[in-house]
Amino acid sequence: MMLLSSISEILQCELFSGKEQFNLPIEFGCASDLMSDVLAFSQSGALLLTGLVNIQTIQTAHIAEINAVIFVRGKKPDSKMIALATEKKIPLLGTRFSMYEACGILYKTGLVPTMECLKCEGDNG
Amino acid sequence: MDNTFLQTFKIQGGNIYNAGKASTEIKAILKQLGINAKIVRRVAIASYEAEMNVVMYAKQATLKFEVSPSQISITVEDEGPGIPDVGLAMQEGYSTATPEMREMGFGAGMGLPNIKKNSDYLKIESILGKGTKVTITLNVN
Ligand SMILES: Nc1ncnc2c1ncn2[C@@H]1O[C@H](COP(=O)(O)OP(=O)(O)OP(=O)(O)O)[C@@H](O)[C@H]1O
Ligand SMILES: [Mg+2]
Repeated sequence: MMLLSSISEILQCELFSGKEQFNLPIEFGCASDLMSDVLAFSQSGALLLTGLVNIQTIQTAHIAEINAVIFVRGKKPDSKMIALATEKKIPLLGTRFSMYEACGILYKTGLVPTMECLKCEGDNG
Repeated sequence: MDNTFLQTFKIQGGNIYNAGKASTEIKAILKQLGINAKIVRRVAIASYEAEMNVVMYAKQATLKFEVSPSQISITVEDEGPGIPDVGLAMQEGYSTATPEMREMGFGAGMGLPNIKKNSDYLKIESILGKGTKVTITLNVN
């Protein structure tokens, strides 16, 4: 578990919305540009790293109960996305790191994955 | 809760930007009814995938949302091209999505399999050139 605020610090994030939820505990991490994969494989309470910046990213995050979204490689959400995220209480952040770097950094700090993964296969049976 | 809750929604095809409104409302209603959080998430995901398919492939649809003490059901009946081979459409990875849809993060061919995964009962009836009816049911207990 990590606090969103410390994840933000580690990835040198810019905060676009959700200052109020900045101390939210984040239990898992996941990363994808495919919203169907997020819907199929993520768990409630995860952080989503994505390079996909459109309104459906927020809509999907809400439906899948993603706790916070970080856009990678300096991508920025527009005002409509920020408005929807604010309404749904989903913090939006941005990092200049690439998807690969951002994931690597968080994985190394111990944030566990939520998506189905090779390492977890043994546990899931 | 011992009464049956029923609400219908209209879904407009074509505009991917508006997709998800019905499912968002359904999610809020289920929460308000005090349904178990895990079930709420499963229903919301199944409903959103079905809604997304209407927006991506059909002209329009009616979504019927029903909650009884023992079951939650969502029936999405659309006017659209229909599905030529439902068995094939159910396979993970099969998709006829356009490049635009893929750019929006969809078209992985995961929607229908994901509806199956998040429901207890799924029926797909389709008539070519007329439309598709997707019936999704979850047991509450
Ligand atoms: N309501 C529908 N009307 C017509 N065709 C449909 C409908 N729903 C699904 N299909 C067809 O079935 C295929 C598989 O659907 P599915 O939802 O599994 O994947 P997808 O929509 O292509 O991608 P994803 O759901 O991962 O974004 C679609 O590509 C489409 O050809
Ligand atoms: Mg789909």
